[in-house]
Amino acid sequence: MTVLQVAALAAVALGGAAVVVSPDPLRQVIVLGIYGLSLTVLFFVFQNPDVALSEIVVSTVGLPVMVLLALRKVREQERQREEQKQRERG
Amino acid sequence: MSRRARLALFALAGGGLAAVLVIGFTGLPDFGAYHGVYGRIIDGIGVTLRHGTDLITLLNFDVRAFDTLGEEFILFASVLGIVLILRQLRGERQEPHKEEAEEHSFARASAALRTLALGLVPAIVAIGVYIVVHGQITPGGGFQGGVILAAAPLGAFLAGRYLSMKAIAPHLLIEWGDAIGAAGYALLGLSGLVFAGIFLRNYIPLGTPGHLLSGGQLDVASVFVGLEVSGAFLVAWTQFLDQAMLVRGGQQ
Repeated sequence: MTVLQVAALAAVALGGAAVVVSPDPLRQVIVLGIYGLSLTVLFFVFQNPDVALSEIVVSTVGLPVMVLLALRKVREQERQREEQKQRERG
Repeated sequence: MSRRARLALFALAGGGLAAVLVIGFTGLPDFGAYHGVYGRIIDGIGVTLRHGTDLITLLNFDVRAFDTLGEEFILFASVLGIVLILRQLRGERQEPHKEEAEEHSFARASAALRTLALGLVPAIVAIGVYIVVHGQITPGGGFQGGVILAAAPLGAFLAGRYLSMKAIAPHLLIEWGDAIGAAGYALLGLSGLVFAGIFLRNYIPLGTPGHLLSGGQLDVASVFVGLEVSGAFLVAWTQFLDQAMLVRGGQQ
């Protein structure tokens, strides 16, 4: 195993842990994207460029867009609910 | 269960799992040590019999093309599910926040950044088409290229113009792209049944290995899958975008 492969494996191990321990969903999406990039490097140094390409398009484009938009919708609904509560009080 | 008991249980289970994994992984063959037969057969026939130089694409679209048919319809069905769940409910209405839908900026993005996003759109299209049509020669193929193609209209959205993104990629167009891609792949298989006697069997001339038009059905399948994937991703994203940018109200 080469140094590059060991480094890529270590990056994936650290990245996976970093995704799990990030508390804020918004930051978690970004960390998830970086983790996806490290997986891409892993697949590439283990000589599988096809899977590396699939991984990079899904983890840096496909998934973050959906999660970010879902987060935005959830926050908007939370804001509306709070506004409604304040209106009922006042 | 108290916190301490839970931690003790976790330590026991986690330690056990780690031990089993270490024992299992140390017994694995080294990277690159391959003892199977299938891979060697594919290595042998890839270029000589099927004229495709990227063996992964050869596997996906020729040797195991039937598996790809299933995968394609998994994507198709899941996007259908997204459309069904995110449909406009009673009491909900489409109402763009004017300043947001027409022109918005993310986290005070500068004009230069937004112009760059818009300028990247043609480059993304070029890369996407390249990856789709060169699937049989170099790494890539329908799926990867399809997602890249789908990302192109997203550039217009990131540039702060949601409504112009919908103009570039209207609902009808991307839905048709999704459907034609999925149907095209299935029809390619059926035409194999008609012209070669076996479902998804290649009957298209193989060409010279390494040339753009080579590999027979690899290219055709790649284009259909690219169409299906880019359509599917765009349909899914537009559903999420509509929910986030346009749809208001409804029961909560």
